[in-house]
Amino acid sequence: MTNLTEAPAEAAAEVPATPVARLTAALLERFGERVKALPAVAGEVAIEVAAADWRAVCAELRDAPELRFEQMVDLSGIDYLHYGIAEWKTESATRSGFSRGGTRFVGLGNEAPAETAQAARYAVVVHLLSLTHNWRVRAQCPCTGGEVPIVDSIIEVWPAANWYEREAFDLYGILFNDHPDLRRILTDYGFIGHPFRKDFPLAGYVEVRYDPNRQRVVYEPVSIEPRVVVPKTLRDDNRYAPGLTARPAGRG
Amino acid sequence: MSEFRNFTLNFGPQHPAAHGVLRLVLEMDGEVIQKADPHIGLLHRGTEKLAETKPFNQSIGYMDRLDYVSMMCNEHSYVMAIEKLMGVEVPLRAQYIRVMFDEVTRILNHLMWLGAHGIDIGAMTVFLYCFREREDLMDCYEAVSGARMHATYYRPGGVYRDLPDTMPQHKPSKFRSVKDIARLNESRSGSLLDFLQDFTDRFPACVDEYETLLTDNRIWKQRTVNIGVVSPERALALGFSGPMLRGSGLAWDLRKKQPYDVYDRVDFDIPVGRNGDCYDRYLVRVEEMRQSNRIIRQCVDWLRANPGPVMVDDRKVRPPRREEMKGDMESLIHHFKLMTEGYSVPEGQAYAAVEAPKGEFGIWLVSDGANKPYRVKCRAPGFPHLAAIDEMVRGHMLADVVAVIGTADIVFGEIDR
Repeated sequence: MTNLTEAPAEAAAEVPATPVARLTAALLERFGERVKALPAVAGEVAIEVAAADWRAVCAELRDAPELRFEQMVDLSGIDYLHYGIAEWKTESATRSGFSRGGTRFVGLGNEAPAETAQAARYAVVVHLLSLTHNWRVRAQCPCTGGEVPIVDSIIEVWPAANWYEREAFDLYGILFNDHPDLRRILTDYGFIGHPFRKDFPLAGYVEVRYDPNRQRVVYEPVSIEPRVVVPKTLRDDNRYAPGLTARPAGRG
Repeated sequence: MSEFRNFTLNFGPQHPAAHGVLRLVLEMDGEVIQKADPHIGLLHRGTEKLAETKPFNQSIGYMDRLDYVSMMCNEHSYVMAIEKLMGVEVPLRAQYIRVMFDEVTRILNHLMWLGAHGIDIGAMTVFLYCFREREDLMDCYEAVSGARMHATYYRPGGVYRDLPDTMPQHKPSKFRSVKDIARLNESRSGSLLDFLQDFTDRFPACVDEYETLLTDNRIWKQRTVNIGVVSPERALALGFSGPMLRGSGLAWDLRKKQPYDVYDRVDFDIPVGRNGDCYDRYLVRVEEMRQSNRIIRQCVDWLRANPGPVMVDDRKVRPPRREEMKGDMESLIHHFKLMTEGYSVPEGQAYAAVEAPKGEFGIWLVSDGANKPYRVKCRAPGFPHLAAIDEMVRGHMLADVVAVIGTADIVFGEIDR
């Protein structure tokens, strides 16, 4: 039986810093240029890894004694297509458009926050947990390959990635190099498309019903009108404007 | 000599031991499993995509429907992720209420699991016993939220309302005598806290009853001991969490290791298994019910002594009170805007995990600064557990598949999402 309580105590004795600071330092020291620190809320650490380094960095994250991320908690895809784009088009309502606070931080010199700029549309994100050191990291890997996103599979690092990668393939169409069994997992047999992509409509393209004449289930084009009940709005909230006030500290 | 070939057996999706809608394609050599291929997704509702199209608060109810036997734990994770991004500090009383209901939920879940697992592998009576206590705890859900299962009680910044002073009563009917009704309503005459205190007094004896039926039961042991053994190293690599990890001997519990809300202020122990088989996981879960009972009791005592606010006093999150809304135009507008458009969450990403009854339930929340989440990912504990079914059942008999599915505590609401 593994004793999990000892290791963090001795680590805390040598460097009197928060776990987040120690983890960030350890990550930067080991990987240097290979990882990029991403902004994160208080108590979290997030890094970005280039697709070429993905599998090697993951293996080191697991094996390096100062990191020891034994467990892959979660893996998921994300589609940055509509990131930071509001659905509320106020320009068409009047000639000059309503102000309504619908644009963020106008006049503060921060119209496009730095972290919005995503080079790749799709990314794979893993959440890792180290039981030895009791810390977590979020690692993001932007996919290569444009509209056919590809990234290396990390099954050989963490076997738990198997189904998670199948899910990311199913929902986002992300292909994983060297995945032994890249089948759809959540959607229907014979499903077409990748439903969690931002350009896939919420109601989908087909609906099913039982046809009593043909005595079987039939697929038909969807009959629901797509509509937005509450438009997505980006609010001008000065509490979070950088430079005006310090951001409220998170609890984590 | 005739030639023997493996054959393929389809198990589910409409099978009572498949815990909902699991379809297993089993490759069998006689009665020995060579390979199990679970087909999931029959309950896929696109919860995460739905949540992306709604203001933050309107998705809390969806979280109940993920793991539909541990409702409030899912909500807890979701509201914690929002609070992390917004930097909202939750009042202490609300934190105690959340911890108390998390533990009520844990008992609810383990009772459901114990009853269903028992009935799967041949123990009929324990099912009825479990549902007797489950009924009481569902009454607590009803008292506090009006709904017996899908409560939508936790909110970013606290909980929806303070604990009620009355409990729902049993009504006379032609199926129950007046005497029965009076007996059932006796413990329901006081407040919710009175009822829960009474519950914590009698619940340990109920757990003893379940244990009398199962722990030393010869059939139960034959069906569970040395079935589905997972080593600690393998459990980590496969992404196990919760009782599945502790059953293999790893003392890992987020409530102790990464405490959230007031788990660092309550006293409880973490049971750990030794062999990593179905029987150890059963023992771990039974002991967890006793520990949850202890936590509930401590929360009840604290909540009695410490009245206070249960929702953060931040008007960007909390809607105006009803009285203000009826008399004040600005409050009415404010309420309307919060209920329709909702609040905007600052740009960023957060991962919030709770120790749900089945393991680590986490929400990865991405916000681009809008009134809706950009991406919600629910990390369901059952997902990696079911993925490991293939490894756990290889070499076992067909009947053991049922025991392994039962021990993994599979609920399709969270796996298919």
